[in-house]
Amino acid sequence: MGNFVFFFESLFQYQYLQNAMIAGILIGIICGVVGCFIILRGMALMGDAISHAVLPGVVLSYMFGISFFIGAVVTGVITALAIGYVSQNSKIKHDSSIGIMFTGAFALGIVLITLNRGTGVHLWDILFGNVLAVSRAHLWMTVGIGVVVLALIFIFYKQLVLSTFDPTMAQAIGLPIKWINYTFMLVLSLVTVASLQSVGIILVVAMLITPGSTAYLLTDRLPVMMVLSAAFGSVSAIIGVYYSFIYDVATGASIVLVASILFALVFLFAPKNGVVIRSIRSKLAD
Amino acid sequence: MGASKAIEVSDLSVSYHGQKALEDISFSIEQQQLVGIIGPNGAGKSTLMKAVLGLIISCKGKITVLDRNINTVRKKVAYVPQRNDLDMDFPVLVEDVVLMGRFPHLTWYGRPKEKDREIARKCLDQVGMSEYRRRQIGELSGGQQQRVFLARALAQEADIFFLDEPFAGIDVTSERIIIDMLKSLRDQGKTLFVVHHDLSKVESYFDHLILLNKRLVAYGKPDEVASVDNIEEAYRGSAIILSGENGKVVASN
Repeated sequence: MGNFVFFFESLFQYQYLQNAMIAGILIGIICGVVGCFIILRGMALMGDAISHAVLPGVVLSYMFGISFFIGAVVTGVITALAIGYVSQNSKIKHDSSIGIMFTGAFALGIVLITLNRGTGVHLWDILFGNVLAVSRAHLWMTVGIGVVVLALIFIFYKQLVLSTFDPTMAQAIGLPIKWINYTFMLVLSLVTVASLQSVGIILVVAMLITPGSTAYLLTDRLPVMMVLSAAFGSVSAIIGVYYSFIYDVATGASIVLVASILFALVFLFAPKNGVVIRSIRSKLAD
Repeated sequence: MGASKAIEVSDLSVSYHGQKALEDISFSIEQQQLVGIIGPNGAGKSTLMKAVLGLIISCKGKITVLDRNINTVRKKVAYVPQRNDLDMDFPVLVEDVVLMGRFPHLTWYGRPKEKDREIARKCLDQVGMSEYRRRQIGELSGGQQQRVFLARALAQEADIFFLDEPFAGIDVTSERIIIDMLKSLRDQGKTLFVVHHDLSKVESYFDHLILLNKRLVAYGKPDEVASVDNIEEAYRGSAIILSGENGKVVASN
């Protein structure tokens, strides 16, 4: 209880904690909604790849003093294109192609960072996030990305759903499924940039797929899944930031751990499909 | 409409990575026909359908649908997918799936309106699936799912229907409902282009048959196309042919 009161007092007192909290909640919502489509499109590995591939762009942007937003999107999208190009123009399978490209891009990023030691690019912060250092500017950028991404999903909802569920019909009625796919990669890069300071590059994929998967276990309706996923994402952020502040542990990892625990609870105890509940029900039936 | 051909294909060839999938295919289909495409596994049946739908970029030859380039008549073309190609755990309800058939009629930003929902309900009723409309698609049996996808195609109010193996792995009732529906669509003036997986019943199901094995083996009336010689040529030993009293009984594997 004492911890609780202390946390709330600090929340009102310190701007950095407020920023951290708002950023976490925003990321939870954005990643939660986008994540539903990542899961349903079978793009979890692709999401992981693009988030890693953003690294060299971020470092280059720091080096040239431009917004890392631009660099991140450029290298994220180039990697996505390269992955598609390699798997379409050789016998290399798609997952291998993903593995080759994103590790390559990631390695380039690390080499660039170590080349520039002492210039204020903090490897640890980029990789694992430092939500307690979230600035107002970053917060506004996160809001901006969130508005753009959620608006895109809202406006093109029916195209997204159809191209995800039945790409052949989508193509047959003339939807540009290639462009939808590339736009989605772009969105993934944007989301990664937004999540950079809160959870970091390495764990972004967890915010994309874990809350969405938790929601997926609870519902048969996509709109409900999106709302639940956003809720799980932001609740994970709130609880994660709390524990991270109280016990002074890494914030991004703390948020992701909460998301993982929520997933485990639902996986085991969900009323309809929970593994434990199902086995109890079948025992009772016997 | 009138005299225009539903589908016209001339000298179509498709190859994947240097392997020929289809070679020099030419045929034309009049409107108001129920046409079956048969042939052994790997004969290029689905490829032919996708080529006609304009989904394969690397194909040679000329294809027109309703005398035009497919890209200008997409609204008039409905597609029923092979069930196995879809993720049936996808979080959509039956009525959401049927409503997708209305998408071609909406603007890029438009949402389905009450009129669209009304049409979707009617189509679902036509295939006898109304009572399942609030179910998640994966909860249905294969045959019921197939009927839902047919309802989606109906909701599109198209002139030409493309169906990829609609009878694969479904129950007898559903097969009955679907074939009756297809015939009644034909009688209403629609053209149907159906990839079919086995040789039984082809004569009672289709007006015309396309027998395919990378090349066009035969095209015409079912009883002419499904002759022992043609089947032997197309299947080359992968079908066991038993001659019965009134012609032939064919078992394929």
